[in-house]
Amino acid sequence: MKNLSLPPVSRRSFIRTTGLATSGLTLGIMLCSKAQAAEINPAFPAPEEGDFAPNFHLRIRPDGAVTIISQNPECGQGIKTALPMLIAEELEVDWHSVTVEQAGLDGNYKRQVAGGSGATPAHFMEFRRLGATAKAMLVTAAAQTWGVDIAECYASDNHVHHRPSGNSLAYGELTTAAAELSVPDVDTVALKAPADFKILGTRIPGVDNHAIHTGQPLFGIDQTIEGMAHATFIKCPAFGGKVKSANLDVIKGLPGVTDAFVIEGSDKIDELLPGVAILGIDTWSVFKAAKSLVVDWDRPDVSGQSTDAFYATAEKISAGEPQSNLRTDGDVDHALFNAPHMLEAYYTYPYASHANLEPQNCTAVVTADRAEIWAPTQAPGWGRGLIAGHLGIPEENIFIHMTRIGGGFGRRLISDYMVQCAAIAQRAGKPIKMTWSREEDMQHDHYRAAGWHRLKGAVDSHGKLVAWQDHFVTLGVESDEEPGRGANISDGEFPGHFVPNFKLDQTIINTRVPLGWWRAPGSCAIAFVTQSFLDELAHEAQVDPLEFKLNLLGDEPRPEPTDKRPGYHGGRMSAVVRLAAEKIGYGRELPRGEGIGVAFHFSHLGYVAIGAHVTVSQYGALRVNRTVAAVDVGETIINLSGAENQVEGSIVDAISTAMGQQITVADGAVQQSNFHDYPLLRMSDTPKIETHFISTPFPTTGLGEPAFPPVAPAIGNAVFVATGKRMRSMPFNQHDLSWS
Amino acid sequence: MPAYTLKINGSTQQVDVAADTPLLWVLRDHLNLVGTKYGCGLGLCGACTVLVNGEAVRSCQLPVSTLGARAVTTVEGLDPAGASALQQAWHEVDVPQCGYCQSGQMMSAAALLAKTPRPSDDQIDAALAGNLCRCGTYVRIRKAVHLAAEKTANA
Repeated sequence: MKNLSLPPVSRRSFIRTTGLATSGLTLGIMLCSKAQAAEINPAFPAPEEGDFAPNFHLRIRPDGAVTIISQNPECGQGIKTALPMLIAEELEVDWHSVTVEQAGLDGNYKRQVAGGSGATPAHFMEFRRLGATAKAMLVTAAAQTWGVDIAECYASDNHVHHRPSGNSLAYGELTTAAAELSVPDVDTVALKAPADFKILGTRIPGVDNHAIHTGQPLFGIDQTIEGMAHATFIKCPAFGGKVKSANLDVIKGLPGVTDAFVIEGSDKIDELLPGVAILGIDTWSVFKAAKSLVVDWDRPDVSGQSTDAFYATAEKISAGEPQSNLRTDGDVDHALFNAPHMLEAYYTYPYASHANLEPQNCTAVVTADRAEIWAPTQAPGWGRGLIAGHLGIPEENIFIHMTRIGGGFGRRLISDYMVQCAAIAQRAGKPIKMTWSREEDMQHDHYRAAGWHRLKGAVDSHGKLVAWQDHFVTLGVESDEEPGRGANISDGEFPGHFVPNFKLDQTIINTRVPLGWWRAPGSCAIAFVTQSFLDELAHEAQVDPLEFKLNLLGDEPRPEPTDKRPGYHGGRMSAVVRLAAEKIGYGRELPRGEGIGVAFHFSHLGYVAIGAHVTVSQYGALRVNRTVAAVDVGETIINLSGAENQVEGSIVDAISTAMGQQITVADGAVQQSNFHDYPLLRMSDTPKIETHFISTPFPTTGLGEPAFPPVAPAIGNAVFVATGKRMRSMPFNQHDLSWS
Repeated sequence: MPAYTLKINGSTQQVDVAADTPLLWVLRDHLNLVGTKYGCGLGLCGACTVLVNGEAVRSCQLPVSTLGARAVTTVEGLDPAGASALQQAWHEVDVPQCGYCQSGQMMSAAALLAKTPRPSDDQIDAALAGNLCRCGTYVRIRKAVHLAAEKTANA
């Protein structure tokens, strides 16, 4: 932060300094005027003069207006509505009196990230305490004002009430008195019992709905800065290529183009890529000019850099000695040899693109030593670090405004586009809005890793799984030592810990294709493998697959939860599996060509089972008619509407991905370019969706990801019932499912 | 650059742009009507849908020079206060996740409802088949279209 001389604390009615030590907050930015705060960090949502602002997330104006700050990136997961609900609940305010304001990146906020379904478990208790401590201060202020015992006072509906006298004071009337108090220690403040919740568990529409429905400039791509130029940035189609030369003079002469230059970039394929920036009067001019751009690329050696080669290599090496053993329990070889039922199978899944509907973009005002950025980013701190590193600007002079994000899914955890825009703006010496075309976006993603699993499993004479072996072949990025982002597998991957003889091996293929975290990383594809092969083993042993899986799960957590690992609670999973099976009508007689399948998966602390009902025509056309989700994400559903939306969206996304999406690579470059060859599911192919939540006495956890993984295997298992055909690879549209 | 006079959301606007500039970029970059979104540039995703003389049109595929005197309605032209039956229905059903595709979805729905006041599921699916939602809010979109139809009928 800049070293501003702060005005005396007493000038303003924020928390007294005596309260600061107790709360442990660094309130410097809260103690100066709004204008001065903007100079320290223009992305910080500073309070107005006279606000009661007991923490960085809440202010109450003397007129009673309640503003709650949303500190996390909003990418459609509903966090901008959900986290403020936690504060409002404990604060005892009417939700309709609340305005939510988006914060930018600021050191006073912890974990400003949208990823890993992590915000709910990270903030569920913390944010409730923020509301509860503020409420306690308001109640104390009222009691002192009246000169009565605090125990006789209570808060509800934006007021503090005195029970014996019937007096009440509005929160707005208490702002000055409350601001004189110290923030109480969180441990001294009682939280509400779930039975008393008025806001949590109800259906609260998204706080940005009105702005979305009236077309206001919410998203990154909607930002405008006075005097800015529009820009696009063309990278080498083959990953790792650099610019030797380009026809910049031709480009600069094209209509609407104001400038074009080369960005040298670096070797890191997830940072400042080398490329050509084209600047112009509007996006159309630069997109059109890009079609006339001729670049002599210094291409890397692309031999072997193709998905065909990766698939061929994986098929071969998965049958050989593994590179490493991740976990061994018991004696798998012995169990496989002695069991009455043994099965081998080979499962594969492709690369996938995030395909955010809002392509990567960023807006930047950058000078030699200062940068102000407006970005749709899931990890603003990462972007700031890249800009500091590549542009030589001190981090404290880089300010990140977080815009609404037109789809995250993990793509915007990686901040390549932010540093690219900043570099272009610094070089251009003027504000820049950089927009990638759809084609650039699809061909310069950080992809969901393809993967290959060679499996063996065995079932004993009692119909119980006794052995499981997986040789997992995965991808490294310029490494054969470490899997790339999202390409790793947990060493306790299910059914690890649930089967006495278990072996998980791994071999890495070294590639140059960028990898990134993609909704429910790992789980999003591995669940298809494990849940399908379990189904196969049950059929092989002539055991009902549902009974087989429930028998495997049992009712206990395995392993026992520790501080570091939550464990996998067989009982919680069994409950959702039973519910999904019941609601989908598992076990009922179906005509040929129809099938019901069930699958489950534990990820991101959430327990989800999916039941799917499918129809496969004689000609092999697959349709998912109906899906049922049974979900256990702990005790409290924060926003019932938002939670159901996440489950519905996860199901549609999972069907979309399983049915027809794959990214292929040839000569080191991605072959797909737009939605004609990377299709998204349409409304007409969307099944009926039912969502059922089970509340259990466990901590409340996130829902952006866990409903995704079990969908594809539920469909695959249903297709097997319908047709007798087992799909061991995605996408499903590559299988001949015809029957007669 | 040639000058064009456009009828947008009931008012007349002048722009100086290249003749082949798609309406999408005229709206977004020259008129600061950014509710209409860029998604694919090929008419594949529907995010850029606007009404042209009441018909749902992909504005990324419509060069400004071909527009002539036809009237354009964008999401900003539905009701700036958000009080139209369509906008209210979208809010009550709480349709959006990320929200990026929703203006295109709403404009396709508006065109449908103008001609088919009480559409069936199949009619909704057909009319909105060209509007992709990456977040997968289709179940809610369909529900919101029905609710908007109901609100209009009861108005």
